[in-house]
Amino acid sequence: MNKNLTDRKKIPLIMAVFFLSSAFLFAATQDAGEPSYGDAIVVSSISDARTLVPILASDTASSDICGMVFNGLVKYDKNVRIVGELAESWEILEGGLVIIFHLKKNVKWHDGAPFTSKDVLFTYDKLIDPKVRTPYSGDFERIKSLETPDAHTVKVTYKEPFAPSLSSWGMWIMPEHLLKNEDLNKTSFGRNPVGTGPYKFKSWKTGEKIELISNRDYFDGRPYIDRYIFRIIPDDATIFLELQTQGVDLSTLSPLQYTRQTGNNFFREHYNKFRYPSFGYTYLGYNLTDPKFRDVRVRQAINYAINKEEIVKAIFFGLAEVTTGPFMKDSWAYNRDVKGAPYDIARAGELLRGAGWLDTDGDGWIDKSGKPFEFTVLVNQGNGERLRAAEMIQKYMEDIGIKMKIRIVEWSAMLNEFIDKRRFEAVLMGWFLSRDPDNYDIWHSSKTRQGEFNFAGYKNEEVDKLLLEGRRTFDESKRAAIYHRIHELIYADQPYTFLYSSDILPIVNSRFRNVESSPIGIGYNFIKWYVPKSEQKYR
Amino acid sequence: MLTYLAKRLAGLVPVFFGITLISFFVIHLAPGKPTDIQTSLNPKVSYEARARLEKLYGLDKPVYIRYIDWLRRVVVFDFGRSYVDDRPVSEKIAERIPITLLINILSMVLILFIGIPMGVLSAVRRGSFLDKSTTVIAFTGFSVPEFWLALLLMSLFSITLGWLPISGIKSLDFEYYSLGAKILDVARHLILPVAIAAFGSLAGISRYMRSAMVGVIHQDYIRTARAKGLKGSQVIYKHALKNAILPVITILGLSVPGLIGGSVIFESIFAIPGMGRLFYESVMARDYPTIMGILTIGAFLTLLGNLLADIAYSYADPRIRVTEGE
Repeated sequence: MNKNLTDRKKIPLIMAVFFLSSAFLFAATQDAGEPSYGDAIVVSSISDARTLVPILASDTASSDICGMVFNGLVKYDKNVRIVGELAESWEILEGGLVIIFHLKKNVKWHDGAPFTSKDVLFTYDKLIDPKVRTPYSGDFERIKSLETPDAHTVKVTYKEPFAPSLSSWGMWIMPEHLLKNEDLNKTSFGRNPVGTGPYKFKSWKTGEKIELISNRDYFDGRPYIDRYIFRIIPDDATIFLELQTQGVDLSTLSPLQYTRQTGNNFFREHYNKFRYPSFGYTYLGYNLTDPKFRDVRVRQAINYAINKEEIVKAIFFGLAEVTTGPFMKDSWAYNRDVKGAPYDIARAGELLRGAGWLDTDGDGWIDKSGKPFEFTVLVNQGNGERLRAAEMIQKYMEDIGIKMKIRIVEWSAMLNEFIDKRRFEAVLMGWFLSRDPDNYDIWHSSKTRQGEFNFAGYKNEEVDKLLLEGRRTFDESKRAAIYHRIHELIYADQPYTFLYSSDILPIVNSRFRNVESSPIGIGYNFIKWYVPKSEQKYR
Repeated sequence: MLTYLAKRLAGLVPVFFGITLISFFVIHLAPGKPTDIQTSLNPKVSYEARARLEKLYGLDKPVYIRYIDWLRRVVVFDFGRSYVDDRPVSEKIAERIPITLLINILSMVLILFIGIPMGVLSAVRRGSFLDKSTTVIAFTGFSVPEFWLALLLMSLFSITLGWLPISGIKSLDFEYYSLGAKILDVARHLILPVAIAAFGSLAGISRYMRSAMVGVIHQDYIRTARAKGLKGSQVIYKHALKNAILPVITILGLSVPGLIGGSVIFESIFAIPGMGRLFYESVMARDYPTIMGILTIGAFLTLLGNLLADIAYSYADPRIRVTEGE
């Protein structure tokens, strides 16, 4: 079984390498066509957007569109470093208590009105307005005052230094002149937005498509692709069929599609595949108030018994990475010195015996004071990859004499009935992380109220202290040291067994040039993508 | 007749409100909240922001108060605003109805034009090869999963043959087409969905038609008609069909409320923004106002359908009017 899996994995990898190099050659010979304006890109999405009021947008589809129509003061560049977008530059003063943004001067809203510091003030006022249904008020409640000394300067004063504050200004800015008299919850702006971004809103047919057209006066240069068409296709199988007729230009693949179903001539000729790490990870989380999991040796034993490399090979065909901590592998916060425990059943057995778990009655299951080791893992419905990972873990647990059950629950019910109320033994879930490594809300011992995110009930005084320190420190190398230590401590405590971080696998029609993979994905230089005149498909 | 009608109408009112009451409480029994999608497991959403959102949606009030609030608005035909995007529920439903109706009516027409002759033919040539093969087709249609058949046909007609578009209802350059090209474009997009929608129900109608026809064909008046020397086709289509079709019409009548209901599986596969998807998405998002809006319209149409059927019966059969209406 083991050998088989390794062998099977090699072939697609070799093919992928071959494919990438040939695609490169192909592109190099065809690239003679000058970058030219025109054409449309058709992007598929499983779900429709909900609202295009940027501070209310919280789902993926709405955020995708808002990201094209609006700008923040800052953004992340391709190497996940903060750079200015609407802000030309900024100064961080008084140890992080004050940030002064100098705004770009040539920026105009899509309706022609100039963008000024008033718009920033307006957006901030709305973010902290208790009547506005925004989920993002948290970071902005920390602001003591926001002043606009002139039309292109914004001075933000914080109540206390807060390191993620700069990245929070990636929040999309809204036009004051159009929204000052509107109720943001009900405004028609949500279906007819006006921003400063590279694309202007054109139309929205509910459940069908959203269409944007390029903003020729974009301050960062006119985008080459004229139309951006966001098609809502709720079914994965249909999207894959659409790819096969080139009805969709950009989509993401599953690992199976990436390795097994897109290697034929058709796909090689018409599409380029990309791969970059996602900003998330999947873990097996324990309820630390459960007597079985209170003993750290038990959690460590489970960590030794799970063969994460095998999970990555079998479920993701190698298109995922084993992870050991709560930060993204590529980021400066991730501690590469934390070596993951090897797959070692003997060591796991030893640890369990040390904790008093032995198979005393010879039935194959370990027990303690007459009770067998038995627990249930919750998995949310509809996530096939997680379910398969859970099934593999079930087998690993059986190997060390632990009886594990899997319970599949609908997402909303799982959160409300089990996670929020902490009525679970273990759970297989994932976190999607923001680019800033601050994860106080997940690990700090005060964050255990109903509905808060430390539902594992983790408590380590040193981690608590470091988390606070981490969000108050602005110097990146000092912060890195703090997060490296947190990573180390959390890994030793094993409140979660960290499993893997899967890759995002986009596929783009090869008529689009200049598409590159980077740590932040492929969309960072979207305005520079183009289709040579001779290959343009839509008008 | 008028008093009968008035009585029937008066009887419907409590039934209608009973349905809404039960629906309202049952959907609130499902675990989860409309704010989950915005706030769930997003570390950027603070505890306080979450509580604030729940208050803004009025979710901190007890369920019965919310029902009374809802009822107060519904009696003036205001279904409220969706929790998802804060648009009026009536607007959300209205934009989904045309495409749902179009597909359902087209498939209904297809069902009638194929299902009825199919049933008649099988009845007339009972036991023949034709009868047996239509039986097989009918039962296959009944048992084949819709989504599977849809994917196979999409693969065949769109990828292998390249004749039809895969999904959606319009091409992407639709707005630049001439009127004729527009109609053709929509027609090409609708062929597969309508065919698939009809295929499953074809089975039912043709079976009903067949058994009703078999029952009629052995009646004395058919023998009389034949004895008169009428042509075979005239006997079947003029004398037999008229009588056999009554139960089929009843079934069609009952499917009227279904005209505005859609199927989520099929609409998802063909990427059609219809009522089925709206309802499913609303349930998943716990968008109570939209769910209630759709359920209320459904309840209204069902009751209306029943009422119309009752009126039609009492018109056709005076006995019903006499015993119930006195």
